[in-house]
Amino acid sequence: MSLFRTILFVAALAGIGTGLVGSAIQIFGTVPLILKAETFENGAPEEAASAAHEHAPGTAAHEHDADEWGPSDGFERNAFTVLAMVLTGFGFALLLVAASELAGGLSSWRQGLLWGLAGFAVFTVAPGLGLPPELPAMPAADLLARQMWWIGTAAATAGGLAFIAFGRTPLLAALGVALILAPHLIGAPQPDSHESPIPESLHHSFIVATVAASFVFWVLLGGLAGWLRPRLAAGTA
Amino acid sequence: MNASHSPLASASRESAASRALQITFAALIGVFVIGGVGFSHISAVHNATHDVRHATAFPCH
Repeated sequence: MSLFRTILFVAALAGIGTGLVGSAIQIFGTVPLILKAETFENGAPEEAASAAHEHAPGTAAHEHDADEWGPSDGFERNAFTVLAMVLTGFGFALLLVAASELAGGLSSWRQGLLWGLAGFAVFTVAPGLGLPPELPAMPAADLLARQMWWIGTAAATAGGLAFIAFGRTPLLAALGVALILAPHLIGAPQPDSHESPIPESLHHSFIVATVAASFVFWVLLGGLAGWLRPRLAAGTA
Repeated sequence: MNASHSPLASASRESAASRALQITFAALIGVFVIGGVGFSHISAVHNATHDVRHATAFPCH
């Protein structure tokens, strides 16, 4: 089996497994909090609701009850959550397995688990420090600016961790530390006002639930990929 | 025939390049999939993945 096919198969299987478990955790753990937040969104006074809906210029206004298509609440909405979680698992698994191949390939579930922890640091902890998980109806800065900061932070953190783990000199490790710090010195785009119709306690519960769910997601994704990779690569000469 | 150009050395060089290419392709597919689920500005895609975008802390709204 070619390396490409090995990466694809390991990522697909790890992604499906993690996506199914992850979506169950989301549907029972975090989605109820999102639904609760949406009651504030829809019930909020007109001006508060529009203030909470800052959009990038040219972006279509986001309304859950607008005439644009969206899954109906209940089964359909949850089915899309399962599909999106499986795809998220597959996508992140591709990145994790591809990166680990540069370092020689995963050889065990334990090694995969460590790569999973790195993924958690890169994609949850680092972007989450500047842009904490948000509920609907919460004020936020321009979407595109936040997306750029999120991607830049994840990339800088991944590069920084690679310098620390694989750099051979203290100078490279120091460069890694600087790379990880840089996005936080620059700072994430913030809204003009943090005033929000969402109660503080609800947002706090949501942050804890999403970070815990992401932790399980990454540990499972890395562990599964590490367990699968030696088995699927056995045929590769 | 150049003696220093052993078939073994050229084979391993080629496989290193081919490995890099295969790893890059796999990673690009990953970026494409994550981009579609977490970063798309198409509203139907956004609505379908809405809960996952919030729950995995992708920038949303």
